[in-house]
Amino acid sequence: MTFELELRGITKRYPGVLANDAVDLAVRPAEIHAIVGENGAGKTTLMSLLYGLFPPDEGDIFIRGERVEFSSALDAIAAGLGMVHQSFKLFPTLSVAENVVFRQEPRRRGLIDRVAAVARVRDLADRYGLAVDPEAAVEDLPVGVLQRVEILKALYRDAQVLILDEPTAVLTPQERDQLFEVIRRLRDAGRTVIFITHKLGEVMAISDRVTVLRNGRAVADLVTAETDPAEITLHMTGRAVDLDRRAPEHQPDQAVLEVENLTVLGGHGRAVVKDAGFQVRSGEIVGIAGVAGNGQSELIEALCGLTEADTGAVMLSGRDITTADVAGRRAAGLAYIPEDRYGVGTIRRASVSENLLIGHHREETVQRRGWFDRGAVARLTRRLVEVFDIKTGSVSGPVSTLSGGNLQKVVVAREMEHRTPLLIAEQPTRGLDIGAIEFVHSQLIRYRDQGGAVLMVSAELSEILALSTRILVMFEGSIVATLDPRTVDEPEVGLYMTGAHLEAAVA
Amino acid sequence: MFEQILDAALFDSATRAMIPILLAALGGMICERAGVFQIALEGIMLAGAFAAVAGSYLAISWTLGVVFGIAAGMLISLALAYGTVTRRGDPIVLGIALNLLAMGLTGFLLPQLFDVRGVFQHPRIDGLDRIAIPVLSDIPWVGPVLFDNTILTYVALLLVPGLWVLLFRTAIGLRLRGVGERPLAAETLGVSPTVYKYGAVLASGALAGLAGAQLSLGNVVQFAENMSSGRGWVAVVAVMLGRAHPVGVLAAAALFALAEALGFRFQGNGLPVQITDALPFVVTLLALIIARKRFARLLDLTTAA
Repeated sequence: MTFELELRGITKRYPGVLANDAVDLAVRPAEIHAIVGENGAGKTTLMSLLYGLFPPDEGDIFIRGERVEFSSALDAIAAGLGMVHQSFKLFPTLSVAENVVFRQEPRRRGLIDRVAAVARVRDLADRYGLAVDPEAAVEDLPVGVLQRVEILKALYRDAQVLILDEPTAVLTPQERDQLFEVIRRLRDAGRTVIFITHKLGEVMAISDRVTVLRNGRAVADLVTAETDPAEITLHMTGRAVDLDRRAPEHQPDQAVLEVENLTVLGGHGRAVVKDAGFQVRSGEIVGIAGVAGNGQSELIEALCGLTEADTGAVMLSGRDITTADVAGRRAAGLAYIPEDRYGVGTIRRASVSENLLIGHHREETVQRRGWFDRGAVARLTRRLVEVFDIKTGSVSGPVSTLSGGNLQKVVVAREMEHRTPLLIAEQPTRGLDIGAIEFVHSQLIRYRDQGGAVLMVSAELSEILALSTRILVMFEGSIVATLDPRTVDEPEVGLYMTGAHLEAAVA
Repeated sequence: MFEQILDAALFDSATRAMIPILLAALGGMICERAGVFQIALEGIMLAGAFAAVAGSYLAISWTLGVVFGIAAGMLISLALAYGTVTRRGDPIVLGIALNLLAMGLTGFLLPQLFDVRGVFQHPRIDGLDRIAIPVLSDIPWVGPVLFDNTILTYVALLLVPGLWVLLFRTAIGLRLRGVGERPLAAETLGVSPTVYKYGAVLASGALAGLAGAQLSLGNVVQFAENMSSGRGWVAVVAVMLGRAHPVGVLAAAALFALAEALGFRFQGNGLPVQITDALPFVVTLLALIIARKRFARLLDLTTAA
């Protein structure tokens, strides 16, 4: 048979790394083909090659049996490929229709035919069930809708093969289900969808076939209906992993963090955190679930002293830290793993060792007569690198050379080393591969078991459910539910995250 | 008191003050939309004024003077485009350097070419005539103020709706705005940020060059050292204050021009020249403080791009 898309022996080398090693991939027409693999397995490189962003060192690409060579993404688009990147490539101040027709604008008498543009976008959206208002400004839209705009862009350019790179990372469970519905409609209309992910549940739910990448090689090509998550995991990691490890029972102790009636006002005097009240006790992990942008970041910033709360009280280990500054809060016993490990968690140009030292630099153990004790610093660095298994060429090299997973380990190691009563972990595993996620999870559990109190924010519901002793759900700035992870499942938490329970209560 | 100050002559002088600022600011606006922070307007305007006088003197023709003004403006902006777009240099550093270069170069060439210092006046310099538009110029008050002016005045005023259509109703405008906002996104769709940024910077050079020509062949018929005297900087602020929108830019330019005209008037009423000269800049400062948030946002946009 003729494959819609076929890669043969694709190889791509980077200095010291074989990113793709003789990869074969065969995608049939009108199928949903999942590509899975851990981070660093070569998924992104493979798709970039396919999309013409750079050429492969060896190997050939065939589309409907014909060999093609792409020198830019434009060639790929012309050949009928459409890519929805993880980070959207949209123009915020332009309308949905303008974003979609960009560079292929319908025209009338030299001007853009705006009526036709809107009509065409609306027509496409209706046909595939993509709920979008073509005239809305992109900057006003939630992230789930932005993804639909990206899909519309590809469809407008008549993409026969749609490549979706980790499309569900930013979606709520409900939005994810809508996306799956759209993908099925596309397949039923004869289009081919390549779905890149590292979530096995999604592979099983949506794909017809699955190709597994590991260490740059395609190690398996499976029919989804004939396989199971355990087999795919084995291919992905080369070993068996316990996927559904619920946190063991643990008795929480006295309250470490007490938050009362905390309200934070954002721009325009609007409350971004509304009257939040909760406790985190020693020996427990409290997970905050919520769709990004519902006040989680602002709550954490207020707790860390990065922004000022407008009303309310915060007690840490019995001390009132409501008005304390960041240093005061840290001294009172708080450590913080920030969401943005590149911009906030580390200093890019500083060395691995210096990044591990930040925050510990005031401690007497690393000083001698007001100067750094280089021996003590080296010992601290060496110990953390060892314990947290940070893979780095040199601890004196810039931290920016580390991979995402190792960079996150630097942040986690440094913050845990404070051994404070409270640890705030914001999106601690975002963008990490399974191995690194497992490691961070085990560290958080260790922290809890040693009597630490952990407050964790995560967009990954599976993470929240697996680790939390209690779950708080935030919606539009309020904590709308406190749930027990042993008695709820993902869809139920998802309902609270989207405020659906409020509508239900009204109706 | 007010009748003495607010008369037709005041608005006439405000219009004349406005046109150079408006032309330069419209150029700056195009750059802003393309994601290039254009602060070389002052220098380009000065070079344009000098070249316009030189061209007009050589050919005894205002047409050639205007062409020279445009050419000089585009030449300087080409350096800016090469430095910031091709070489990815800092537009602020480059812009300041070009402003200093223009000031030094015109000051140097003035005695070299025309054997004068400070001010160059000559009967051979062919100035821009005032062209009264029939019927419209007969409208009381508005007519003489707006419709009895140089050709560049009409060009500037027509550019306001013209550029609005270009920016917001044509494919070129859509792509230009796209490039300014997310160059990478534009590139993945096959729109070259380099081409559009060059185009925008060169267009701003042409417009700021025209602004200079209006200054030295329209408002007066002479070249004086540093005769742009801050109008290019005011234009930079007008772009920000006007949110890089043609109508907003027109309003901002009008505001500054009115302040300048009032300054002249107060000077005539006996206020010290140092104070009246400062008036447009005091207005600029106040406008910047009031519009602080917009200013920050625009800067964010340009530096992010």
